[in-house]
Amino acid sequence: MRFSGTTVVVTGASRGIGRSIALAFAAEGAKVACVATKVENAQGTVDAIVAAGGEAKPYGLDVSDSAAVAEVFAQIEGDLGTVGVLVNNAGLTRDTLMMRMKDEDWDRVIDVNLKGAYLTTKAVMKGMMKARTGRIVNISSVVGVHGSAGQVNYSASKAGLLGLTKSVAKELGSRGITCNAIAPGFIETDMTHDLSEDFKARAIADAPAGRLGKPEDIAAAVLFLAAPESGFITGQCLEVDGGLFL
Amino acid sequence: MSATVFERVRKVTCEELGVTETEVEMDKSFQEDLGADSLDVVELVMALEEEFGVEIPDDDVANMKTVGDAVTYIESKN
Repeated sequence: MRFSGTTVVVTGASRGIGRSIALAFAAEGAKVACVATKVENAQGTVDAIVAAGGEAKPYGLDVSDSAAVAEVFAQIEGDLGTVGVLVNNAGLTRDTLMMRMKDEDWDRVIDVNLKGAYLTTKAVMKGMMKARTGRIVNISSVVGVHGSAGQVNYSASKAGLLGLTKSVAKELGSRGITCNAIAPGFIETDMTHDLSEDFKARAIADAPAGRLGKPEDIAAAVLFLAAPESGFITGQCLEVDGGLFL
Repeated sequence: MSATVFERVRKVTCEELGVTETEVEMDKSFQEDLGADSLDVVELVMALEEEFGVEIPDDDVANMKTVGDAVTYIESKN
């Protein structure tokens, strides 16, 4: 199995893309730390992994809380060993046109989606540097690359992740650590559930693939970038969107 | 006492930077003489913190250019 014995941390692992990523790593032999805002929300993913014969533990964490991140990541390393793969997937939306956006909506989205990745990455750096290997995969978004009306906060946070990705790649490249991003298109999850049917129909019509994405489509790309043999790929953003913007 | 701190700094420096003991002298600069890049210095400082059980703030790291600087700093902390 591709990730036997590797400790993998997935944030936002309770549902959607994060859950799918956690399941995919576990199926390849990884020890998976499933991180969610509340530990009971991560438990469902852990139960599914354990039922399938895998190894996982649930952790409750607000990724924007610096002290809590340090504490929980120390606990993860104690429980499962040095982190070999970090997947920064935790994210939320507070969509509205900028004219109507509240400052709190901006702050919260930037705090969780961008600062969260900064804090968790910082927490795993030391161990990865010592190990002289590591994989960091940040879940950005096509709207971080292309923009999106009604999502200045979300798209700015996702574009910010791309800058973070490239800078971390430069800082840690000499230590065998890669940092890449994935920009999912429209994926069928709770986050996109509320989009109008009309919007979804257009997204399907615009994508050469002719369908919305599945969380498993993103998980496959994450595992590819996290694999030991992908060590020469770093600082990149892989758009996994069915060709939406071609 | 001084020799002991120097010897321990030398051991850590050799491990972190992959240099030999004879290269590590008090007046040698980590970056200019011993081939460390900025990330090596960070790792070296982390290793020294572990070895001596002290915390070395970034502001102090900036002034720690040579082996002697590190020895003097650690002696002042102990």
